[in-house]
Amino acid sequence: MLSLFLIVIAAFFFTGIVVRTKSLASGRKGPGIMQPIKDVIRLFKKGAVYSKTSSIIFQIAPTIYFSSVVMAMLVVPFGQSKGLISFNCDFIFFAYVLALGKFFSIISALDTGSSFEGMGASREALYSMFAEPALFILMGSFALLTGYTSFQEIFAALHIGSYLSYALATLATFVLVMIAMIENSRMPIDDPKTHLELTMIHEVMILDNSGFDLGLLLSAGYLKFAIYGALIVNLFVGMVDYQYAIPLFFIIQFLMAVVVGLIESFMARFRMNHNAQFIVALTSVSLLIFFGAILILGKFN
Amino acid sequence: MSNISAYLLMPLLAVVAIPFMKEKAKAIVTYLELLLVAGLSSAIAISAIVGGAEEYVFGGSAVTGPIRLQIDALSAWFILIINIVFITGGFYGIFYLKAYREQQKQISLHCIAFIVLHLSLVSLCVIQNSLVFLITWELMALSAFIAVIFEGDKMSTLKAGINYLIQSHVSILFLMLGFIWVAVKTGSFDFASITEYSQSNPTSVGLFLFICFFIGFAFKAGFIPFHTWLPHAHPAAPTHISGIMSGVLIKIGIYGIMRMLVLIKTDYTSIGYFILIISAISGLYGVMLAIIQHNVKKLLAYHSIENIGIIGMGIGIGCIGLGNGNQLVAWLGFSGALLHTLNHALFKSLLFYTVGIVYQATHTLNIEHLGGLIKKMPHTTLLFLIAAVAICGIPPLNGFVSEFLIYSSLYQWVQNATLVPLIVIIFSTLALVLIGGLALFCFTKAFGTIFLGEPRKKFVHGIHEAPAIQRIPLYFIALLIVGIGIFPQGFFGVVSHATSVLTGNRVGEFAPIQGSIADTLQYIGLASTGFIVLIVLMFLLRKLVTKNRVTTSSVTWGCGYVSPTPKLQYTASSYVRSYSKLFGHLLLIGQKEKPVSGIFPEHAALKTHPYDRLEKSLIDRPIRGIKSFLGKFVFLNNGKLQFSILYGIIFIISLIMIPLVYGLILDFFEFIKQL
Repeated sequence: MLSLFLIVIAAFFFTGIVVRTKSLASGRKGPGIMQPIKDVIRLFKKGAVYSKTSSIIFQIAPTIYFSSVVMAMLVVPFGQSKGLISFNCDFIFFAYVLALGKFFSIISALDTGSSFEGMGASREALYSMFAEPALFILMGSFALLTGYTSFQEIFAALHIGSYLSYALATLATFVLVMIAMIENSRMPIDDPKTHLELTMIHEVMILDNSGFDLGLLLSAGYLKFAIYGALIVNLFVGMVDYQYAIPLFFIIQFLMAVVVGLIESFMARFRMNHNAQFIVALTSVSLLIFFGAILILGKFN
Repeated sequence: MSNISAYLLMPLLAVVAIPFMKEKAKAIVTYLELLLVAGLSSAIAISAIVGGAEEYVFGGSAVTGPIRLQIDALSAWFILIINIVFITGGFYGIFYLKAYREQQKQISLHCIAFIVLHLSLVSLCVIQNSLVFLITWELMALSAFIAVIFEGDKMSTLKAGINYLIQSHVSILFLMLGFIWVAVKTGSFDFASITEYSQSNPTSVGLFLFICFFIGFAFKAGFIPFHTWLPHAHPAAPTHISGIMSGVLIKIGIYGIMRMLVLIKTDYTSIGYFILIISAISGLYGVMLAIIQHNVKKLLAYHSIENIGIIGMGIGIGCIGLGNGNQLVAWLGFSGALLHTLNHALFKSLLFYTVGIVYQATHTLNIEHLGGLIKKMPHTTLLFLIAAVAICGIPPLNGFVSEFLIYSSLYQWVQNATLVPLIVIIFSTLALVLIGGLALFCFTKAFGTIFLGEPRKKFVHGIHEAPAIQRIPLYFIALLIVGIGIFPQGFFGVVSHATSVLTGNRVGEFAPIQGSIADTLQYIGLASTGFIVLIVLMFLLRKLVTKNRVTTSSVTWGCGYVSPTPKLQYTASSYVRSYSKLFGHLLLIGQKEKPVSGIFPEHAALKTHPYDRLEKSLIDRPIRGIKSFLGKFVFLNNGKLQFSILYGIIFIISLIMIPLVYGLILDFFEFIKQL
């Protein structure tokens, strides 16, 4: 339960911090931290324009997308406290629930009959498909290391002792940050700032959404970021008491937001056809973690 | 006993009577007959699941020996799946065939084939005598062939049918090899002799025997590389037959493999690795080829190969668990496989049936010609969407439950595995995840292109939704799909009886069945229900908030371009372009291009033909080789009467000569021996 509140609170600030970091890095003052939330509230108050081509799918898809992210959020634990939903292999449910949201966001993009949105849909489907194995192998390595299979039990049993495990934790953080970047369509995979439809991925999929629906999609995006942030926090707070863990949660979320902002300020987006290679490379990093786990357990002989 | 006689007599009567009936009566009698057989066999099956295995012995004949029929939970599970698919498929088929009302002779034959197919499939699950099994298997293959070539006046249909016929006889060849091997060694056709033979011989014998049977059954199931008939036969058959083929006909192969696992006592670990690897490849290869297909039925056929791969992975993991003595892994693997067998039968037949409705409305299966059907056929769209989400293995529907079981068997196996198994586990996980992702890619493409957007082609005829009565069985299947998704523990309870046949211990003897696994599944059921409730609540909230908001409709945003045409839409081919570029080396896509040229370009075109690389190298090339070799003897067959008479005379003379030559040969050997 605790994780639920923490993630929601983090989601309020996360994107604001990213935007602020980018503004400061480029020498501007930038909007306030709460501006993204204000944008969403403004959108909630607005009417909507629907394409004549689109059907009921286009109208229900944002709701389902948002619900799937909320559902995934309920699975994420915080340290010793379970998520609202917790069972063996719950991370499979986590990944597949998010997949339902993806399914609907893709078909809603195709529903508009646009010449651009299908492009974004195709790319999103392909890239998120490549990103998924990394998560599953990562969780497989943790299951191997700890002997448990649910998020909460894994994170509670995960403790960092040897040098090797420091290396693994670093790699795991890297993998999770990168998965977060891919799932949220940020740099270096996708550039949310770009103005050309041909170079967009996520942005081009939601070109036709407006009003309440767009608000839902945006807030789902904020939540998604905070969810992945929470997963990273969990790598480190398994054994820590709450009075330290909760501040640590916000510090790590803050750091992650700043890092995302900095990456987006100083890096260029990859070329579209290099994205797939990059994401597959991520899978091999998680394979590295898996073999590291085998090494720690001494199963190499 | 009387049950079984009735069970055999009724269809016979129906088969004899059908040709003399009127068209409506034919349909009704066929369906009633189907219901009768299904009802009887289901009643026996349910009692077998609840009350344990039952056995009947027929006297048989001097050739076959006593014919034993045995129905245990495993047989019962498959019988129930077969009946569900046949009852829904038959009902759907009655309306599907209305369009072919004029072809009376075809319909009579089709009805008979349908009855025989159902009867033989159900019988195969209970027969325990190898000779009778083979005869029934042949009956099943032939009736399926007749059902497939319903539109036999089309050359392509006939070709696909004959391709299927030949390959199913290669399958029978391997089965015969296995059965005859055992029969010659033990002198009995009873299935129990297979167990005896494998127990009394070294494990390598059992392994070879199993491989023999596996290849035979794999042809039917459609494992790589024995899959090549599948993508041809499915599109050629009338849709209800495609659904039934994909739903249950290929599953009889899975049943056969599972039955052999029960019967043959050998090194389960090696078998497990063998099945796991072949299945992972089947799954990946199937879905990879599915993505690039333009023909919807072909696309679905390749997905059948993918799902057989997933089922096979479950079987493989189960076997390894059995071999290592890891009961939990074995239970999870086998249960996942068995449940996925049911799930696939449900969502795949639903997909085929909805595609059939689309085909009858538009007369095309090429997805590039379709689009925007959601506005004309909302029910069909909803049903296809449910099945598509289910086949991707996404909660809250049934596909997730069985894939979850297979995933969790992998993650359970991780706990106490050594190095080599760990590597196998991680690559199996990788395969399963990729299969899931690619399936999502494929079905978003299929759904998006067929049902969404603007129509890509103008049809002169009106497009109508199927009549409500034809949709009843489809909604029934959809209900089951959702039901398994939100109430998985109940279905798992039933499956576990069938699993217990494979693992060899009773349901009550293995604690986690009622304990941890059931709990986990209950959580999944609750979470899925909660998920549906959440979506509904969110939607109501959205409705409430946006009630007083102004909504306007306008054209789709086209970058400022204000007169878009349907041609500007993203097509299925462009949707998969980035994929086919990435995997281009593994795929085989023929391309014909007439590029744009000149200042005032005229007609330009691009045609792509996806083909199967394995089919090319395993089927086409050898056939071409054989053909060119045999072609060298064509001069013998020159059609002149004199030559034919000459060959006849040569043949007769050589027959007469044999005794003479035989003596010479014997003398020759004697001579050599003396040397």
